[in-house]
Amino acid sequence: MAQIETKDLNFYYGQAQALRNINIAMEKNSVTAFIGPSGCGKSTLLRLFNRMNDLIDGSRIEGSVMIDGADIYARNVNVEDLRKKVGMVFQKPNPFPKSIFENVAYGLRVNGISSRSEIEGIVEASLQSAALWSEVKDKLNKSALQLSGGQQQRLCIARALAVAPSILLMDEPASALDPISTSKIEELIFELKKQYTIVIVTHSMQQAARVSDRTAFFYMGVMVEFDDTTTIFTNPKEERTLNYVTGRFG
Amino acid sequence: MADTKRIKQSIYFWIFRAMSMMVVFILVAILYFIVSRGIGVINWDFLTKSPEEGMVKGGIFPAIVGTLVLIAGSLIFAFPVGVFSAIYLNEYMKKGKVKSFLQLMTNNLAGVPSVVFGLFGMALFVNKLKFGDSIIAGSLTLGLLVLPVIIRTTEEALKAVDDNYRLASYAMGASKLYTIKKVILPIALPDIITGLILSIGRVSGETAPILFTVAAYFLPKLPHSIFDQVMALPYHLYVLATSGTNIEKARPVAFGTALVLVMIVLFTNIIANVVRAYYNKKYKK
Repeated sequence: MAQIETKDLNFYYGQAQALRNINIAMEKNSVTAFIGPSGCGKSTLLRLFNRMNDLIDGSRIEGSVMIDGADIYARNVNVEDLRKKVGMVFQKPNPFPKSIFENVAYGLRVNGISSRSEIEGIVEASLQSAALWSEVKDKLNKSALQLSGGQQQRLCIARALAVAPSILLMDEPASALDPISTSKIEELIFELKKQYTIVIVTHSMQQAARVSDRTAFFYMGVMVEFDDTTTIFTNPKEERTLNYVTGRFG
Repeated sequence: MADTKRIKQSIYFWIFRAMSMMVVFILVAILYFIVSRGIGVINWDFLTKSPEEGMVKGGIFPAIVGTLVLIAGSLIFAFPVGVFSAIYLNEYMKKGKVKSFLQLMTNNLAGVPSVVFGLFGMALFVNKLKFGDSIIAGSLTLGLLVLPVIIRTTEEALKAVDDNYRLASYAMGASKLYTIKKVILPIALPDIITGLILSIGRVSGETAPILFTVAAYFLPKLPHSIFDQVMALPYHLYVLATSGTNIEKARPVAFGTALVLVMIVLFTNIIANVVRAYYNKKYKK
């Protein structure tokens, strides 16, 4: 069974329709890349999976989004619990102006965990998982803002991992980073998919090709094509997909 | 052509520079004016004794205590009310007519002359609620006066907090209230403290609002409860300068009083700045 699945999904910002009739299913422990030109709806769709679009006034959704078989837009769903299960990493690294330790511990404190030893254990494990531990283990009490952009982004990944989500949403996680930091994030994604289901929005075709198992191409709110990444990049069925991945527009 | 451009640049540069220097000059001039005339009367007795002999001798201790009590009293009331309403305005209210209306009213409240606050405070707190001329009536009146200052500065402080922090917190499953308490307020705190500094300066210097609500012309003993009257530095200064029995003889005492008032404001500003710098530095370096 697919872990994330949408059925006849339409989404509106006020009068403007941002997503049209999206039907997509993503398997557990897979990496799915969303590609497409700016404004195609890929980030909007990503944000529907943890209901971040709830925060936008006048937005409206039709159809359903199922995670682990349950409709996350059902009336009895607790959005805060949903977001603990569906972690998110943003385009711009956004660690809190707190210490490195407190950044990773944040989600644990949100969950009411107060045992110091338990928190310390999870913070270390999360930083290990985010491939940042060795770089920061001697300065956990220093401000997170002292880290480089790439380290900050891995810290944000560690922060998201600390609450043990099963899904990780990444909204152009490397677009603000230099090539070396980017390749570190990509290696990390490769490691993380053993344990997490990952959905990544990216502007970089190479990145989608490198990190993902499946790729969905969006254009003007429509999902044009969704297939194995190799197929999308070598033998797409739609001409629009071919034109986009070969750089003829977008 | 290039030369005239350069000259023009240079002229404006010097105009800008001169104007900013003038601010410093004005402040220094005021301080010099007060310090040079007031420093002579400042001694331990002046700070710790009550006025004597028609206020031309003795000290101003009751007025110092009164002013400190009024600063504390007004901020105990205005700070939570102001910060809470700013949180509501910035974090909870959606953009729209109601919000614009509230903001407009806050700005208008800030523009109401302080003597009108004094009259209002007298009508409501002194007469209607029967507090009489008292610390509580004066504190509430001063509190109303600085409320818009606190609301506006807090609102600006909250607005300056990057939305990415809010999103990051919500994405971790944190509630709105938790996000405000643990992320937004700590980041906004230094700027909120700036609002507090402005308020302290405002409260300690105002004369009109306390004139009808709390200030005593001459009251050598200290207050025992919040329903007592107190002397206060700005009003004492006003009395010394205009209506004493011997205005000429009271002149040095008046300057001494002004100096103490300025020092209190300066000192609270310094403390607040240290606190502000501490929170700013805590994690941002």
